[in-house]
Amino acid sequence: MQMSGGQALIKSLELEGVEVMFGLPGGAILPVYDPIIDSPIRHILVRHEQGAGHMAEGYAHATGRPGVAMVTSGPAATNVVTPLCDAYMDSIPMVCITGQVPLPSIGTDAFQECDTTGITQSVTKHNFLITDAKDIPRVVREAFHIATTGRPGPVLVDVPKDIVDPKNPRSAMDWYWPTDEEIRDGLPGYRPTTKGHPRKIREAAEFILQSRRPVIYAGGGILKARAAEALRELAELTGIHVVTTLMARGAFPDEHPLCLGMPGMHGNYTAVTSMQEADLLIALGSRFDDRVTGKVGGFAPEAKIIHVDIDPAELGKVRRPDVPIVGDCRLVIEEMVRALRDLGGSEAQPDRNEWKSRISGWQEKYPLTYEQSADGDDLKPQFVLENLRDNTPDDTIVVSGVGQHQMWTSQYWRFNHPYTWVNSGGLGTMGFAVPAAIGAKVGRPDKMVWAVDGDGCFQMTAQELVTATAERIPIKVAILNNAYLGMVRQWQEMFYDERYSEVYLSPDLPDYKMWAESMGCIGMRVESPEEVLPAIEKANEIDDRPVVIDFRTDSREKVYPMVPAGLSNDDIVVDPTQGEGGH
Amino acid sequence: MAESVRHHTLSVLVENKPGVLSRVANLFSRRGYNIYSLAVAPTDDERFSRITIVVDVESSPLEQITKQLFKLINVVKISELDPRDSVERELMLATVQAEAGKRGEIIELVDVFQGRIIDVGHDELTVMLADTPDRLDACEDLLRTYGITELQRTGRVALPKLERMPPRLRSIKGKAS
Repeated sequence: MQMSGGQALIKSLELEGVEVMFGLPGGAILPVYDPIIDSPIRHILVRHEQGAGHMAEGYAHATGRPGVAMVTSGPAATNVVTPLCDAYMDSIPMVCITGQVPLPSIGTDAFQECDTTGITQSVTKHNFLITDAKDIPRVVREAFHIATTGRPGPVLVDVPKDIVDPKNPRSAMDWYWPTDEEIRDGLPGYRPTTKGHPRKIREAAEFILQSRRPVIYAGGGILKARAAEALRELAELTGIHVVTTLMARGAFPDEHPLCLGMPGMHGNYTAVTSMQEADLLIALGSRFDDRVTGKVGGFAPEAKIIHVDIDPAELGKVRRPDVPIVGDCRLVIEEMVRALRDLGGSEAQPDRNEWKSRISGWQEKYPLTYEQSADGDDLKPQFVLENLRDNTPDDTIVVSGVGQHQMWTSQYWRFNHPYTWVNSGGLGTMGFAVPAAIGAKVGRPDKMVWAVDGDGCFQMTAQELVTATAERIPIKVAILNNAYLGMVRQWQEMFYDERYSEVYLSPDLPDYKMWAESMGCIGMRVESPEEVLPAIEKANEIDDRPVVIDFRTDSREKVYPMVPAGLSNDDIVVDPTQGEGGH
Repeated sequence: MAESVRHHTLSVLVENKPGVLSRVANLFSRRGYNIYSLAVAPTDDERFSRITIVVDVESSPLEQITKQLFKLINVVKISELDPRDSVERELMLATVQAEAGKRGEIIELVDVFQGRIIDVGHDELTVMLADTPDRLDACEDLLRTYGITELQRTGRVALPKLERMPPRLRSIKGKAS
């Protein structure tokens, strides 16, 4: 069947199972937008291309399916660089289609031309510049294959206008759909390892059975591998406590007695300290990020390391593992459980009661804590979050931006289901929350989606609420408005002698309520504790448009515990009311 | 040889597609690895090219470099060549100042190194030498006393040594993700 490259591109996306894409048209991508009119794929028109990228990410986070963004050339392509990098850092499966100037114009500094594949090379898992219409179906299949297998990541496909424009003879092609074998043969250098080495898995099981102070260090790879069930089986079989990193919140239920919560720079005392004191860390789909390890030389000094990751380059990148296992987390954990059972299971383990009582001692001594605000003072952000947490469904999807509000949300929420926590971990992209929440809601319309945002973050991408209203995507946004770039303020207070440089934003410029209303949302402002619950309840009832609540919070509030940058996790600083934290 | 410890040669088989060299070079700069030299050419199979990279393993462990290289979708195979168990060659072209009185000396010197004079000018000679990198270094040092006006060296190319000693060609199995 003869068709144009543009038609072939849309048909290829349909055959890849794409149900929705996020984008904004422009000159070079125009011919691809025409066949969208006749396609069952839902297209969501964003107000800024960065929004399209983060929506695709939010969609992928919440559904596990690849998010798709489509934008034009030049400035549109550079506007998606941030979401691409974000997706690359957090291993989010995503396919981004960019328009490009016609092939004969490439390299001439044509209008809206930029070297998209060059610019995005280091922020994508792979990218393609298609130079022949007949390559379109194959490249689209390869792009989805690469984005979703192995360590997932963003893949960009750059499409010159002439090969998709039906008015240009160069766009004519005979339709075909490549087979799995053809895709495999076309990528001779791409063979991800999924099955772990049996001897290494057995060795890992032996390490576990000898350990007296083991901790499971679960990372985002658990969620990517759909391994939450397997993780739970491993933890329950062995009785080993689990820390869930920022990217793994929800991978193991917070209410589970073995869950220690988040480790790292703003992790809770027990999660941080148990890793420091462990004699064995079972790292599953985690990457020893600097925000988790603190000073690497001082991290978990006595621990042997079992490191499971699908990306071989992660093994030994930061900390040399004693047992390295390359493979898919779910498959490896399942094999590990089998090996443990073969070796005698829980019966064969040493007595760990002393370790368990040390852990519960830390939990009792250093719980997360904050002081309630005095009458008439601004709200405590933690108080707002506790109210939100306790008055929303258990499986609410929570999306955050980056900064203090993100850390408080991760600390104070109770994540009991996988894929209910969406945030920007590796890149730390302010402005992530609103568009990512929209993407998550599009992917999971059955679930309530709350974005918890900071006032600084909100101002970066708030325009996408127009998209949400226009497309009837009823997300809810809680702005923890402390009138500051809060995390920067905290560092200036603690490490720069309270010299506050360029961090003040003002609580009422802009007027968030009016701004929300101007974008078609319901806007509310909450200033006192007794208004918190009614506002949340009102927001929960609204299901036909977005809601924004401006919570006026205390700008002096800091995130604790905290491991100051560059120091060892042993130097953890706890809430001042708990005295000295270090040990 | 101190150099054999610091430098390792990677023979990287890549798909013969546009932009592959740029991906490899970009990876090295992004991850902060140092390239000592680099040579690229098509192989006998037109689908593939071979990039011979000499890397400075003091900047990063070789294992990390090869693992990161493998993550590039277009990288098909990486062989690590230990300089002790491989044959390496590099080509040098050098234009040397050679006024009439010095010419004979230079030609003699080049003969000793089994190089060739490939161009002759009024008071200059262009010398070609293909040899091991350290022989090139030696020749270059000696030529320098006459005054080198231009010098161009290729990156080195290498293949594993044959028979007798089992070649320590460690073919690292392709793992990509």
